[in-house]
Amino acid sequence: MTENSSEMRTKGIDMAFGGVYVLKDIDFEIYPGEVHGLIGENGAGKSTLIKILAGVHQPKAGEIILRDEVVHVPNPHAAVDMGIAMIHQEPQTFPDLDVAENIFIGRQPMTDGLRRVDWSKMYGHAEEILNSLGVEFDPHTKVRVLSIADQQMVEMAGALSQNAQILFMDEPTAALTPTEVEDLFAIMNNLREQGTAIVFISHRLEEIFDICDRITVLRDGELIGERKPKDTTTDEIIHMMVGRPLSSLYERNVEQKIGEPVLEVKNLSRTQKFDDITFDVKAGEVVGLAGLVGAGRTDVARALFGALGIDSGTIRIDGEEVKITRPREALAYGLVYVPEDRQRNGLLMQMSIEKNMTLAVLERIAPNGWLNEKAENNIAQEYVKKLSIVLRNIRQPVRELSGGNQQKVVLSKWLLAEPRVMLMDEPTRGIDIGAKSEVHRLIGELAAEGMAILMISSELPEILAMSDRIIVMREGRISGHFTKEEATAERVIAAATGQVLEGA
Amino acid sequence: MTSTTDTLHRQSSSSLAVQLSRFREIGIVAFLVIVIIVTVLLKPNFIQPINIRSILLWIPLLSVVAMGQMMVIITRGIDVSVGSILAFSGIVVGMIFRDFPEFNIYLGTLLGILLGAMLGAINGGLIAWLKVPPIITTLGTLSAYRGLVFIVSGGRQIDPNHVPTALIRWSQRGPFGIQWVPWVVIIAIVVALLTYAFLRFTKMGRNIYAIGGNPDAAKLRGISVESTTFVVYLITGGLAGLAGILYASRFGFVNPGETGVGFELTVIAAAIIGGTNIFGGSGTVLGVFLGCLLLGTISVALAVLGVASTWQLAVYGFVILLAVIVDGIIQRELQRATTGE
Amino acid sequence: MTTNETNVQTQNSIQGTSSTGDRLRGILVRPEFVTVALLILAFVVGSLMSPYFLDAVFLFNYTSLYIEVGIMAIGMTFIIISGNIDLSVASILALVASAAGVVYFDLGVPMVMTIVIALTLGTLLGWLNGALVARLKLPALAVTLGTWALYRGAAQILVGDDSRPRLAWTREFMYPEWFTRIHRVYIPGTPIPVPFVIFLVLAIVLGIVLYKTTFGRWVYAIGTNEDAARYSGVPTHRVKMLIFALTGFLSGLAGLIMVSRLSVARYDHARGWELDVITAVVLGGTDIFGGRGSMFGTVVAFLLLIFLRTGMGVANVKAESQLAVIGSLLILAILVSNLTEKLRK
Repeated sequence: MTENSSEMRTKGIDMAFGGVYVLKDIDFEIYPGEVHGLIGENGAGKSTLIKILAGVHQPKAGEIILRDEVVHVPNPHAAVDMGIAMIHQEPQTFPDLDVAENIFIGRQPMTDGLRRVDWSKMYGHAEEILNSLGVEFDPHTKVRVLSIADQQMVEMAGALSQNAQILFMDEPTAALTPTEVEDLFAIMNNLREQGTAIVFISHRLEEIFDICDRITVLRDGELIGERKPKDTTTDEIIHMMVGRPLSSLYERNVEQKIGEPVLEVKNLSRTQKFDDITFDVKAGEVVGLAGLVGAGRTDVARALFGALGIDSGTIRIDGEEVKITRPREALAYGLVYVPEDRQRNGLLMQMSIEKNMTLAVLERIAPNGWLNEKAENNIAQEYVKKLSIVLRNIRQPVRELSGGNQQKVVLSKWLLAEPRVMLMDEPTRGIDIGAKSEVHRLIGELAAEGMAILMISSELPEILAMSDRIIVMREGRISGHFTKEEATAERVIAAATGQVLEGA
Repeated sequence: MTSTTDTLHRQSSSSLAVQLSRFREIGIVAFLVIVIIVTVLLKPNFIQPINIRSILLWIPLLSVVAMGQMMVIITRGIDVSVGSILAFSGIVVGMIFRDFPEFNIYLGTLLGILLGAMLGAINGGLIAWLKVPPIITTLGTLSAYRGLVFIVSGGRQIDPNHVPTALIRWSQRGPFGIQWVPWVVIIAIVVALLTYAFLRFTKMGRNIYAIGGNPDAAKLRGISVESTTFVVYLITGGLAGLAGILYASRFGFVNPGETGVGFELTVIAAAIIGGTNIFGGSGTVLGVFLGCLLLGTISVALAVLGVASTWQLAVYGFVILLAVIVDGIIQRELQRATTGE
Repeated sequence: MTTNETNVQTQNSIQGTSSTGDRLRGILVRPEFVTVALLILAFVVGSLMSPYFLDAVFLFNYTSLYIEVGIMAIGMTFIIISGNIDLSVASILALVASAAGVVYFDLGVPMVMTIVIALTLGTLLGWLNGALVARLKLPALAVTLGTWALYRGAAQILVGDDSRPRLAWTREFMYPEWFTRIHRVYIPGTPIPVPFVIFLVLAIVLGIVLYKTTFGRWVYAIGTNEDAARYSGVPTHRVKMLIFALTGFLSGLAGLIMVSRLSVARYDHARGWELDVITAVVLGGTDIFGGRGSMFGTVVAFLLLIFLRTGMGVANVKAESQLAVIGSLLILAILVSNLTEKLRK
């Protein structure tokens, strides 16, 4: 890499939301023809930084310098005009419009003379761009019918069509299969060779080390340091992220008593989602459900919880066959679900911590319909202590808490319901490492007390360390089943991706 | 790729979705045919020039405003003040014709449109920039504008002898003196074509679909949600203003207490029956036009069959409910077939 | 991020106690505060404008002209807090009134039975709204737009342009003495008419339900985030059906009261009153988007509307202009609400 002048850099960027500083004095540099990885725990400020550079937010202080010129990026549209494009974690598309329009909306090619939208030219351009991405679908397709990965491709096509010189990618790989990630990296390599400057955010260290030329670590809004992958190790990066050496991230007591099956699932099927799912979870057992995003794990959990319909199959709880058509019924049987998206499905963000915690057990605390606020308060306090939840006031809205503490509120809600079976969907996603290990400890304790736990996770180390057994799903079916002893990372990945291992 | 026996095969549902949307327009035409057949069976002389003309005369008033309402609903909004805007424009221009009989009817029409656009702009400003929800805004302006009609007119109606004969003739004769297709129908067709061109070939037209489909994404793409929303209500107001003039042309009078009352319901019914998705993001000019045709036919058929006009309100309500229910069910089944939700 | 830190101050916070300063600020920031302030202001202005305003008898009698709006607003409060809307309340009122007239006069059913049938009908009409919204998962706006027309249309079919008792009938055909002129029945020794008492009692009882019962908490939860509420075991379908049925019942009750007041049932009763009902709820500080609101606010806002109507009536403002003022007020209420939201942040 030659010594180029930077494509874009920041000087002393400060950012605050309502008085709370989320970025302090950031000096960040992006060079052309380079993939610059940005890593840090949740709340470190990575997303905020690139949003500032892409015009979504305005910094409280500091300068943005674009090719040696101090600039102001007032909004995303202006950013586009400056040659800056952004790929979001969740594709932002228009479901009822077709692919071509999704790419070109707001910038449709116009005919000469009459200045009207030139549809045929638009479809032509769209096809060209899609081809250059190696993607095969018809630009006339309505985006509503595409998969998440395909929608992301549409977003990338949009960025390409803008001839962006700077590309920000905010966790683009979160919802992709390894094959799709490879395809994405190939495209990024292409762009890099063409001189595009890319900033790449990911939680996955392997990816960062794989594709990036440079890594910047943020922690608590501060820029901790910058390294080249070949000059550093994952341990050093983690240390920079966390601020303390990590001895053992995942702890699980080996001694447990595994009892009788609490949850038995047989031949469960749902059109378009999953087929012929059979497994059981015993008391005191942690069963890990592994697989790639999109394999159908969350759908199975939602189906068990009654949030998704079932076409065929049986469910037994404590040996008794049950029919669950809504979450309320699952709750009555002692089956609870900790959702993947806690902000959308797990919590009522504007409501108080206290009210969120007691929501599922109101009928127990208030048997004749009258609310018992003293009892609610007592119970909530108890669990705040039990799970070490950090808060200002138990009446404050739960949205003011950090991700880790929010997750603890969700867990409290369900623990209050005294379940027999807990389905946990990505229980440590988006929470900082400290809270992560607390949650793991809690899971271990629960299992030791006899809880049957099904844990869905996309983090291999987590699943390997925490599970007594691992079930792997691939494309809606069970593709592998391993005991703790049998399970290795290679075997699990092989089952998840459908590859055949040599000499397994 | 997965095999054909694979129950999880994620088929491309574009064909399904496209089929079901075409289904809508076909469905309206089918319903239309059924209504006509049933009426003819019960009253064989249904098909005659006077009835056809009645139906045709229905369309202009309705479709002109329905085009605007369709765009409003596409952006996930609603406008129930169109009836009051219609009345306001009709009354003010009517008063001008009454007090200045020589006033040019084309200028009068233009004035009507401008007045309507002004009232629509107030709606747009409140909704787009002051963030008052559309139902609340237009529910409020429905009353506020109606009050304005009374204040401006002093409660007096515009009588037939105040309305210029030239204007009335718009509803009686068409180009080349043909009686079958009066000028007002031509106006309605022109408005429909203009709406189609606007929605299909201008950036702002495409933006309307965008902000209805995903307002957050639209904002990120640099589309001004506020400006687009404002324009949509402005246009709808202008079209309602035009409808005020067409009303005077068709009926020959404008009454502050009656004109336009309940009109918004018919317009919304036409738009929804015409396939405009109540959730926003989609709707077609052809569908809405057919919806107006259907409602006009039903209205005339009911009259011909001797069913008192007292049934009209209930029929409209029923048809709206039916359309909403059917749409809801179709959407759900579509989702189930393509995603398994 | 720090982990476990518990000191005395945090302990206080966990328990949820707060200083009086905090509590005072908490009250000032509530939207109902603005409504109460407006009510006091309206009263002061009104009494300066006209001596009638200080006459309790006059004021109370004026409430009777409009009390149906208050009763319907009680139900609408639940609906809007839950994140829904019901445009059909006035149409239910009209249909129940018309049906009661037909049942009593045309079918000869005794009045007490008629009342029971009427209230049942109102509940069923509301229940239908609820079923379409909850079970078929259709948007409340679209559904109640349809029933807004359907219900009033049905009333129109029942009685046409006529009424019950019919215009052509002589004075023999009337509702029973004990049923009519309920607004002229007062609590002994006071100028307070019975309809007002009914309103107040319903508001208090249902306000307690809203604030102090599990059901009420569920209503708030659904309005805050329906998916998360469902995922937390809240019986969302049942709650929604119940609040629509409740609103239907209250609208039906309002219909009966109106027939009693006017001694006649027509299809165009309360035409356009859904505007006033929604205004009362929103003016009282309930968030149109759901999740926030109170019965107290609705009651205060309703009283405010009464004062406004009284004032306008005294100032001889015409009916349509009064309507225009109410319409503008609705918009103003939202604007103020948006503003206070922004200030709060």
